[in-house]
Amino acid sequence: MKGIIAKKIGMTQLFNEDGKIVPITLLKAGPCKVVQKKTLEKDGYNAVQIGFEEIKDKKVNNPLKGHMKKANEYFRYLREIRDFDKNEGEIIDVDIFKQGEKVRVTGLSKGKGFQGVMRRWGMAGGFDSHGSTSHRRIGAIGNRLTPQKVFKGKKMPGHMGFDNITIRNLEVVFIDKDNNLIGLKGAVPGPNGGILIIRGE
Amino acid sequence: MREIKLVEQSFERSDLPNFKPGDTLKVYIKIKEGGKERIQIFEGICIARKGGGLKETFTVRKISFGVGVEKIFPLHSPSIHKIEVVRYGDVRRAKLYYLRELKGKKAKVKEKRKMKQIVEELNKENPEEDTNNK
Repeated sequence: MKGIIAKKIGMTQLFNEDGKIVPITLLKAGPCKVVQKKTLEKDGYNAVQIGFEEIKDKKVNNPLKGHMKKANEYFRYLREIRDFDKNEGEIIDVDIFKQGEKVRVTGLSKGKGFQGVMRRWGMAGGFDSHGSTSHRRIGAIGNRLTPQKVFKGKKMPGHMGFDNITIRNLEVVFIDKDNNLIGLKGAVPGPNGGILIIRGE
Repeated sequence: MREIKLVEQSFERSDLPNFKPGDTLKVYIKIKEGGKERIQIFEGICIARKGGGLKETFTVRKISFGVGVEKIFPLHSPSIHKIEVVRYGDVRRAKLYYLRELKGKKAKVKEKRKMKQIVEELNKENPEEDTNNK
């Protein structure tokens, strides 16, 4: 599967050919360089490790320096993409994607902290008035004699966000190869400036 | 953010005339119907311009068969064929929402005669920059 590392810039809107407004997320995608090629024989699976955003050599520690030696450049971000047939040192640009194509985007979502059950799972909560004391609470979490326990995976309050999330079937609306920009229809996970992986469907 | 501006600018239109709230506009709208395209004209007073860059919109108000009708257009939309300024209005506000409560003579906007003269003179001097009749 083809893929590239990208940085989220922000959202805006564009006009399509019909004159309709399309909401897009603008991403700076690549150029990336293949740092390491992993093979079935050697590593147990096929993949390429690609680097994004070149940095000075003094910013890199020695172990990483040795690792990126073959690529002849040092990168801030390294990510792996499975089953992507590229050789070491090859450069990957936005033009691996075409306009109108569907892609999937993986990234770390924004952290929301410890959230209650209404926000985290969309539960209804209790009554607001008529003497109710159960305003935003979870309600019952199980039965009685059977099954005598709370089922595993019961939706409860807890930490929300900061998860790896993949959004599928996002349409490529805009590509600018000179500035390494790609515009995807709709929203992608994470804050502006966050690192994402765009892969083909 | 710089990149967002860059992309938006490539979609912005430069062929539209300058106009302000208070001006009477003729908006030529492209309408697609069953594969055919025709042009519809919406004439009225511009009562507001909102937003900036590619997201800028303007509101046009007219009285149609005794009922007030308002349309909000995205300024840079490709479905706007052209915009004509019929009359330059003399107003002291950026948003003319007060016109909604007024009827008849009171809902009229004073004309800025000087502005019309200036634009006409400018057009005479450089006919190429005739932004009104493009």
